[in-house]
Amino acid sequence: MNRINQKLQEDKKLLSIYFTAGYPNIDNTSTIIQNLEKSGVDMIEIGLPFSDPLADGPTIQASSTQALKNGMTSQVLFKQIKDIRKSVSIPLIIMGYFNPMLQYGVEAFCKKCQEVGIDGLIIPDLPVDVYHSEYKSIFEKYGIINVFLITPQTSDERIHYIDSVSDGFIYMVSSASTTGAKVGFGDEQSEYFERIANMNLKNPQIIGFGISNNETFTQATKHAKGAIIGSAFVKHVTNNGIDTINTFVNTIL
Amino acid sequence: MKETYNINEKGYYGEFGGAYIPEMLYPNVEELRQNYLKIMAEPSFQEEFNALLKDYVGRPSPLYFAKRLSEKYNTKIYLKREDLNHTGAHKINNTIGQILMAKRLGKNRIIAETGAGQHGVATATVCALAGIECIVYMGEIDIARQAPNVARIKMLGAKVVPALSGSKTLKDATNEAIRDWINNPVDTHYIIGSAIGPHPYPDMVTKFQSIISEEIKWQLKEKEGKENPDYVVACIGGGSNAAGTYYHFLNNKDVGIIAVEAAGKGIHSGESAATSALGKEGIIHGCKTLLMQTPDGQITEPYSISAGLDYPGVGPLHSHLYKTGRGEFYSATDDEAMTAGLELCQLEGIIPAIESSHALAIFEHKTFKPDDVVVISLSGRGDKDLQNYIDYFKL
Ligand SMILES: Cc1ncc(COP(=O)(O)O)c(C=O)c1O
Repeated sequence: MNRINQKLQEDKKLLSIYFTAGYPNIDNTSTIIQNLEKSGVDMIEIGLPFSDPLADGPTIQASSTQALKNGMTSQVLFKQIKDIRKSVSIPLIIMGYFNPMLQYGVEAFCKKCQEVGIDGLIIPDLPVDVYHSEYKSIFEKYGIINVFLITPQTSDERIHYIDSVSDGFIYMVSSASTTGAKVGFGDEQSEYFERIANMNLKNPQIIGFGISNNETFTQATKHAKGAIIGSAFVKHVTNNGIDTINTFVNTIL
Repeated sequence: MKETYNINEKGYYGEFGGAYIPEMLYPNVEELRQNYLKIMAEPSFQEEFNALLKDYVGRPSPLYFAKRLSEKYNTKIYLKREDLNHTGAHKINNTIGQILMAKRLGKNRIIAETGAGQHGVATATVCALAGIECIVYMGEIDIARQAPNVARIKMLGAKVVPALSGSKTLKDATNEAIRDWINNPVDTHYIIGSAIGPHPYPDMVTKFQSIISEEIKWQLKEKEGKENPDYVVACIGGGSNAAGTYYHFLNNKDVGIIAVEAAGKGIHSGESAATSALGKEGIIHGCKTLLMQTPDGQITEPYSISAGLDYPGVGPLHSHLYKTGRGEFYSATDDEAMTAGLELCQLEGIIPAIESSHALAIFEHKTFKPDDVVVISLSGRGDKDLQNYIDYFKL
């Protein structure tokens, strides 16, 4: 069974952390992954940097720009994590934009993911219908789970469609925003979280965007299986480097 | 089967186009996709659009026979005078259409991106006209390069927000506008300035600009006794003036389609914006098309002396015209364009925008027959470029 599905069966709320590969330094990737696992994180999103990250706010944009300057590419990332499965067993997801994967070759990318032990992909600008008609069979061939986003504006009909195409979890974007734009949740979010929780979807939901501390993590996981922290973690790394990852994780859990 | 150059029902021209957008944008783009053709077909829309084009923009724009230029190049050259439009370029055809669209969709906030500032001015203008709030994203570097247009946008009551990310030019301004749209998913309409972006934008912008070729047909009939020229020529940034100039001739193979891109300091100089020559298929701003990128798929920064052609991609229609061979693609260097621009000033008394000067540089690259009728899109006037001309020619 895919490590993501296995993890989702555990009877606990999950914490997933996003970091930008190649940031702050080009060769931090493996260390960050290992430290996150040691700190008790449940799942990791490895951000593959892109020159034009449309869905990201200033924090992740800046880390991506720096990572690219440092020389990060798809090839470099795969080389860095080729032996990662010797040291960690945590589910690993690559989050990146579609163009770099398209240039690598979608099939070659999925194949490489399987080889190094990547369990899933999150590609914000690959729409579910294009995935469904053109790429689903390739992902399945290599056992790669593709994760789709929903937002407060996504219609029920489309959520059911996304649920039917998904085979892991649904990434619930907490509010209509880019990453790191809004912090904390209001009534609107609580309502939305409850609405989705009551839809009885086949895939569990993990909430992302706007989660930065214990309070927001607790709020999000009241209704969902887990929560994802991105910008707040990238900020922590910017300010404190990669040696105190457990301090950050301890403030959340 | 007859080959067609129109968009298909899925939003593709051949293999190019589509809507590669984050889910956050889906409701907005889908709303537009479901409604744009219906709204454009409404008689009240048509009436309002045509009245504004006539009385506000000043259409039809003249089709002018350039006698001395024709003599020099020994062929029959007509200039489609988009430079005489209100605000000085073809851009206003699209912004008039889109502001009427936005009103019918019930939107009360407009965002736009701009490079040279022409589209920013055209958007701020129609927002003033409609009394709607307007925010224009512009790269920090372009704000410094295009001070007069920044001032115009402000005078028209719009807010200019600097794009501070990436290379701080047009592509980053577009990113920022898209991010704004993600953060404001209900009340905002995004007026894209060229035939780019996710479906239905390329088609919608093309249809609003198609007034250019619609007029060329009857104007040419009056002047030459025939509707179809032998060639239509346009410069290509994202490709909106070109798309409008080609539109009604696309499926008529007797009309040659010629595109001129910006070669900057030369195609292989590393400082160029000649997308068809240097680009590879990929995704930019929600659209599958040709774009300039690294082997790893990172979008690269283009260069041209003309800020309006300084875009690393090209609209999907043009990628299709290039790939199928329906269009002939050329590129003009900075020097060729500047020389052609000055030549138009001195032969015809018309100061063109530097973007349009690229189209005029076609005569450096192709020789036409004496009885060929060649229509060139003179997409804009050169007022905005005066400082560039001054610096270049040491005037
Ligand atoms: C006068 C003029 N022509 C051409 C262009 C290029 O745009 P497009 O390729 O969309 O016509 C611009 C863009 O700013 C412009 O101002």
